[in-house]
Amino acid sequence: MMKLFILSNLQLKKINEIKSIPNVKAVTSRIKSMAMISSANSGTGVTINGIDTTGEKSISDLYTKLIDGSYFDTKLKYPIVIGSKLAEKLKVKVKSKVVITIQDVNGNITYGAFKVVGIFKTFDTMFDQANVFVLGNDLANLISFDENQTSEIAVLLTHNDFTDSVAAKIKNLFRSEIKNGNLVVRTWNEINPILKMLNEMTVQFTMIFVVIILVALSFGIINTMLMAIMERVREIGMLMAIGMSKAKVFLMIMLETIFLSLTGGVLGLFISWIIISITNFTGINLSSVAEGLNSIGYSSFIRPELGIFFYFFIASLVILTAMFASIFPARKALKLKPSEAIRQDV
Amino acid sequence: MSIIKTKELNKIYDVETIPVHAVNNVSLEFEEGEFTAIIGPSGCGKTTLLNLIGGLDTPTSGEVFINGTNITKLNSREIIDFRLRNIGFVFQAYNLVPVLTAKENVEFIMQLQGISKENRESRVLQLFDQIGLKDKLNNRPGKLSGGQQQRVAVARALASKPKFILADEPTANLDSKSTSNLLDIMLKLNEVENTTFIFSTHDSRVIKRARRLITLEDGKVVKDDIVK
Ligand SMILES: Nc1ncnc2c1ncn2[C@@H]1O[C@H](COP(=O)(O)OP(=O)(O)OP(=O)(O)O)[C@@H](O)[C@H]1O
Ligand SMILES: [Mg+2]
Repeated sequence: MMKLFILSNLQLKKINEIKSIPNVKAVTSRIKSMAMISSANSGTGVTINGIDTTGEKSISDLYTKLIDGSYFDTKLKYPIVIGSKLAEKLKVKVKSKVVITIQDVNGNITYGAFKVVGIFKTFDTMFDQANVFVLGNDLANLISFDENQTSEIAVLLTHNDFTDSVAAKIKNLFRSEIKNGNLVVRTWNEINPILKMLNEMTVQFTMIFVVIILVALSFGIINTMLMAIMERVREIGMLMAIGMSKAKVFLMIMLETIFLSLTGGVLGLFISWIIISITNFTGINLSSVAEGLNSIGYSSFIRPELGIFFYFFIASLVILTAMFASIFPARKALKLKPSEAIRQDV
Repeated sequence: MSIIKTKELNKIYDVETIPVHAVNNVSLEFEEGEFTAIIGPSGCGKTTLLNLIGGLDTPTSGEVFINGTNITKLNSREIIDFRLRNIGFVFQAYNLVPVLTAKENVEFIMQLQGISKENRESRVLQLFDQIGLKDKLNNRPGKLSGGQQQRVAVARALASKPKFILADEPTANLDSKSTSNLLDIMLKLNEVENTTFIFSTHDSRVIKRARRLITLEDGKVVKDDIVK
């Protein structure tokens, strides 16, 4: 069974301190516990989340995922919001009654009746089946929590890049509690290592694609430059005849190749930047493959983003590729004999 | 002392299959200030001989001395530098760099020689004055007539202050007016500046104005006349 961490009033004050850490976008507290949920038809184990509705809205967009009912926008007492998958399993609808069976802080089993007020459907079917949401106060009452006590603090950052630095700051803030074993600080990839692994794999696959594209690019460059040299055999022959050294001819062709690639590269990166900016704003809907993505916990609605580092990284790779690809055409040019090159008819 | 001397020069193409004796035992001397035409029927070896003298090709046997230097003994890097500092070339098809202006085409060779910007500027102006194209300095070759392009090519050949200028059929692509115009300029440079010109030609109008006529036949010198 999940360990129930209980934070005291004093510790709750630290929530405000978390809020003041740079790059923290929102913070909310939750009471989280394992429970049994049962309807007239069946029952199953779930994670019950006692939430603060406004705080929760700032952290999670679950409230936008409702397919039926509302997100606690109700006068009904003891409202509960459940996932569509679970609703199916329990054969319940909005306004149906469900019973939560749960252990209170003293270890006694207690019951509470809740009314389904909303049914959500996220991209993650596993999540939909295993999570239910109730008001924090209702859950606190049920399991005899003190007011202002909580079991989990969720922190949303402005960007994924800050995960480790902010985690370190929070750990520092709560170092004595962590030492006592009363609290743990976990980042998203510790909570969901598979997601982390998938992310890393995506990066690796991207690199493989980049390499393939660069190889194709170098063939393109070699081809273009060979054409450019063939077209200018007489010009290059003339330059060598009047006394341009081989080193200078080589440098000329290499620089030409680099300029060519840089022009293309910068243009390409600029276009990518525009496309990424637009799609980042509008998002890309991959609903046709949603099922596969959702089953591994990925959203089928993605917002592409590319760090500035990658633009420079790709630009450098393009230049390196260009330098490499220019060697072959440049050598070809150096092999020209001026006497024959000049003779050649256009 | 002669500025160019060839000693028993031979060039045989395709030695293994069907040998072509393009230049056959040619021993010639050229003095400073010459205005010499190499003539003869097509395929007699004019281009080959000029390429050997200019160090663009290596002879099968024999030697070429320029100002006492045996250029057939120079390695590939030395010969390029030697050409840059000693020989001016004018080609039949003008062979200017199309993306550079007339001025830049002429300046370029001086840049290769490492001449300072001011010296280049004044030399370019002087040369364009001599070829009568002062108003076309900033035109690209595509915006010049064939005759004008060839005059720019002559200016380029002169820019590096070479010991002599080799021109392989410089007027072959020119109409008669441009031909006589180019010849006027070349003769004037020859008379006023004592520039040495050695060129090959088929053109009777050009032959008429040459001072020395070397006739080749099947790679052999069959006639060597001083005219006038
Ligand atoms: N690279 C080469 N390989 C084989 N044979 C060649 C080559 N260059 C020239 N030849 C041959 O050498 C001979 C002399 O050629 P060259 O070009 O010197 O003659 P040319 O007098 O300049 O002729 P033209 O008046 O037509 O320009 C010709 O028979 C030609 O076919
Ligand atoms: Mg010829």
